[in-house]
Amino acid sequence: MQSLVDDWVARPGRWFPIMGVTLALGLAWIWVSAVPAEATTGGQIPSPREGFLAPDFTLELLGGGEVTLSELRGKGVVINLWASWCPPCRAEMPAIQQVYEKAKGRGLAVLAVNTTFQDSERDAAAFIQELGLTFLVPLDRDGTVSRQYQLRALPSTFFVDREGVIRKVIIGGPMSEATIQTAVEEILEQDG
Amino acid sequence: MLPVLQVGPLAIQLPGLLLLAGVWLASSVIEKQAPRLKLSSAILSNMIFLGLVVGLVSARIGYALRYLNVYLENPLSLLALNPTTLAPAEGALSGMLAALIYARRKGLPLWGTLDALAPGLAVFSLALGFSHLASGDAFGAPADLPWAIELWGARRHPSQVYEVLLAGVVLGVILEARLRAPFPGFLFLGWMVLAAASRLSLEAFRGDSVIVLGAVRLAQLLSLGLLLAGLLGLHLRARQTVRHPG
Repeated sequence: MQSLVDDWVARPGRWFPIMGVTLALGLAWIWVSAVPAEATTGGQIPSPREGFLAPDFTLELLGGGEVTLSELRGKGVVINLWASWCPPCRAEMPAIQQVYEKAKGRGLAVLAVNTTFQDSERDAAAFIQELGLTFLVPLDRDGTVSRQYQLRALPSTFFVDREGVIRKVIIGGPMSEATIQTAVEEILEQDG
Repeated sequence: MLPVLQVGPLAIQLPGLLLLAGVWLASSVIEKQAPRLKLSSAILSNMIFLGLVVGLVSARIGYALRYLNVYLENPLSLLALNPTTLAPAEGALSGMLAALIYARRKGLPLWGTLDALAPGLAVFSLALGFSHLASGDAFGAPADLPWAIELWGARRHPSQVYEVLLAGVVLGVILEARLRAPFPGFLFLGWMVLAAASRLSLEAFRGDSVIVLGAVRLAQLLSLGLLLAGLLGLHLRARQTVRHPG
């Protein structure tokens, strides 16, 4: 049996009919599985993406209480995922604070979601205190929100408009104050 | 996310970890092929190591070139241990090129070396499937089936499970065929044919396909091309063996 198989595959001529059948079956299969371009995401993860609703979540806050994203509808929201051991995350925090102070009167909220599942709550608290940051710091203890937002790199920042739609995604950092400011202007455009 | 992935704090790192395990398993499987194919296992393992290192470094440099401004501001980020800031295609290409050059200079036979790689590639494909399962990448098209899974806000084909199952079958076939290859190059070309056929069939159930020509899934066209190239390669190798036996 074994030598039969070996003989068979070793015969050069055998491969031509196989190629013919493969080509026919392959093209037929491609034809059967053809779909209009709108039916797939063209290589992208469906959400979170610019132009899509920001996935909703409820998280406990550093220092007590909790926050639900959808309850902030009507405000522009900056969602920044960070960890205390991540240098670019630390580097951009003062800039976020500055923009927050300037724009909170116009309806800007900042959720600096700490990726607590890969950080220590104590280090996070110490860092927030050290820099005197005044925005909300939700704690992603089990990684749910990081998964929802397809966290690929720290920091990752999502700018969500008053309707709850993601307007801009910035992966990596640190972002300059100008970058943050322009993105914030974009999400605050309509007056709430 | 997939219900099977409620593994607590490891959830995020799992895909990368699985890939790493895949690379490690694959290279140890490849080194095991050396004696049977009469290759020096030291040279083979150096080749793999060189390919991996060059691949990794180029993947990071490739990524940095895309975001040059960011990396000029923070050159130290080049050393970051972050697997997401890598450019896979650039890395794979340079890694393979480096391995190829090394193999030529060390006088490794082309087809024998590729045959040694085949079981490793099959192992890595399996690991890649598990990594997709963990990350939710390579996800399926929306479907209303008893075995559909909830992912990215819809019930979908569990395309990653299909991928793992088929990669397992391919690995089984390659391991079985390993000992009875009729001519050098058979195993590698055989793997290429099976891997391309898997992708060609599974792509039909994917929800993230890139579409060209209005309705055709790009990955299927490329797979069919590779599949036919593999079969043609098998024909040519078989013909050469008949003409120059031994």
